Amino acid sequence: MSGIDEKNNLKRIRGRVILNNVLKGLFFVSTTIGLIFLALLLYRILTQGIGYLNSDFITSFPAPYPEEAGIFAGLIGSIMMIAIVAPVAITLGVGTAIFLEEYAYKNRWTKFIQINIQNLAGVPSIVYGLLGLTFFVYMLRLGYTLLAGGLTMALLVLPVIVVAAQEAIRSVPSDIKEASYGMGASKWQTIRRVILPAAIPGILTGTILALSRAIGETAPLIIVGAATALYTLPDSLLSKYTVMPIQIFNWTGRPQEEWQFVAAAGILVLLIVLLFMNAVAVFIRNKFQKRY
Amino acid sequence: MGKALQNEAMNIDVQTMIENKRKKKSVSGKLEKLIPAFLFLCAAVSVLTTAGILFTLLRESITFFSTTSIVDFYTGTQWSPWTGHFGVLPLITGTLLITLIAAIVAIPLGLMSAIFLSEYASDRTRKIIKPTLEVLAGIPTVVYGFFALTFVTPLLKNIVPGLGIFNALSAGIVVGIMIIPMIASLSEDAMNSVPNSLREGALALGATRLEVAMKVVLPAAFSGIVASIVLAVSRAIGETMIVVIAAGASPTLTFDPTRSIQTLTAFIVQGATGDTTFGSTIYYSIYAVGATLFVFTLLMNMLSQYISRKFKEEY
Repeated sequence: MSGIDEKNNLKRIRGRVILNNVLKGLFFVSTTIGLIFLALLLYRILTQGIGYLNSDFITSFPAPYPEEAGIFAGLIGSIMMIAIVAPVAITLGVGTAIFLEEYAYKNRWTKFIQINIQNLAGVPSIVYGLLGLTFFVYMLRLGYTLLAGGLTMALLVLPVIVVAAQEAIRSVPSDIKEASYGMGASKWQTIRRVILPAAIPGILTGTILALSRAIGETAPLIIVGAATALYTLPDSLLSKYTVMPIQIFNWTGRPQEEWQFVAAAGILVLLIVLLFMNAVAVFIRNKFQKRY
Repeated sequence: MGKALQNEAMNIDVQTMIENKRKKKSVSGKLEKLIPAFLFLCAAVSVLTTAGILFTLLRESITFFSTTSIVDFYTGTQWSPWTGHFGVLPLITGTLLITLIAAIVAIPLGLMSAIFLSEYASDRTRKIIKPTLEVLAGIPTVVYGFFALTFVTPLLKNIVPGLGIFNALSAGIVVGIMIIPMIASLSEDAMNSVPNSLREGALALGATRLEVAMKVVLPAAFSGIVASIVLAVSRAIGETMIVVIAAGASPTLTFDPTRSIQTLTAFIVQGATGDTTFGSTIYYSIYAVGATLFVFTLLMNMLSQYISRKFKEEY
């Protein structure tokens, strides 16, 4: 009389439970594939590059022989490039974010700017290279110079910084804003003395991550004419320049196997710089982020 | 006394009153007015950048199409600019081939990672695995290219006979790996924002975790998941360095992944690095190719935004 066929039910439940466990295993394995790939990549580059990575490699210019080649010009070039990108992109990015969050009326134009920034973030980096080539290299007659490359890169990372800064500004609670107005502070005073200090950890974290993207970016700089072999350091904004990824790209393209090791050593230097920047970003986030 | 009362009655907007008074003080008042103008100029730069991109691509493309017919460009099957053949189809199929291989690799792996992280993993596991997976997204693409050429291709040669040194397969797989964290991370965010009450309701009815994931969470997070996939695919279309390094530079109208191909992006690099002179047909052709690429990715990005706006489930 019992309406429940326990035996049959158990069987069906067991099937569902087994399926659940099997797929759980599959999902886990899929997740590890990405991680395994990452580990393989790092291991491979470490073992290939470590033999060539020494102080000579860091302080030498490119050379026709793998044993003598070094990444000095690229390393310094990358740092100088960031010295251009950072002030330009941070000023424009944080300025845009403050404007959109604090000043702009919530109307169609603001929405347009917002959507526009979202779309800019999705434009392939190489298209920025084309923009830089026409606009900075030819129209402004900057030529294949550090300044042209730096400005192109600044535009490339701008949307990332704007979005990060907007999020940081938005997360400042309105209580402290209103408290500042209540004390008689003006709008700009409130922004400068209350909102920005509270938002700075978030802004810095996002900015450092954006700049580390700029350091690793290759394609747009090829288009705006970064040099592949350079035996002097850039001495002005209008000098020729090279950066680490370009050097690595150049070494990768050579047929002899030794150059692969040189490229791997270059990648190690690049990854160490990126690791350092990310560590700083994480440190800032953990150290200074206040919870309201 | 009377004035104080009046003030209290007008207490509506103390901030405005104070600000009005402030503005009378000339220096800070001027600053108050100058700052928004300056900030507006900053915001205008991003709009100008878009305008600049459109203007650049359009102007140079139009010059290009004044010498090469636009119909021939989009229907031609031979791309050899140095002999005067500008048929962009081989570059488009090259790009599609890379994107297809990348999608085949990244969509299942990314989605399964997202399901694992969101539905099965403990909080602690997720907090370790998710950032580690995101490291993949932070690795420069030139590094991926190097890895594809020097490790993945030799590895694949053992499995796939007749694989060239430069081939679409290896480049596509590595592009796929590169976009896994995008799909995994954004889909996980979407699945995470599905309220727990839905999961608990299904679990209480006797569903297994798998059934909860497949029949409750996935449908609820569907828009976010699709948006993340479209975004990742758009990234694959625009990827440059991996294909330049690992896929070679032979524009061929083929869907054979073991052969060397050339993508839209890879040609732009080749066209800009060769001894291309300013004003030559090849110089203008890289802008026509760039415009084609730009339209592809723009459509994908707009589709992604449309999906996540239109089909968003609110709880």
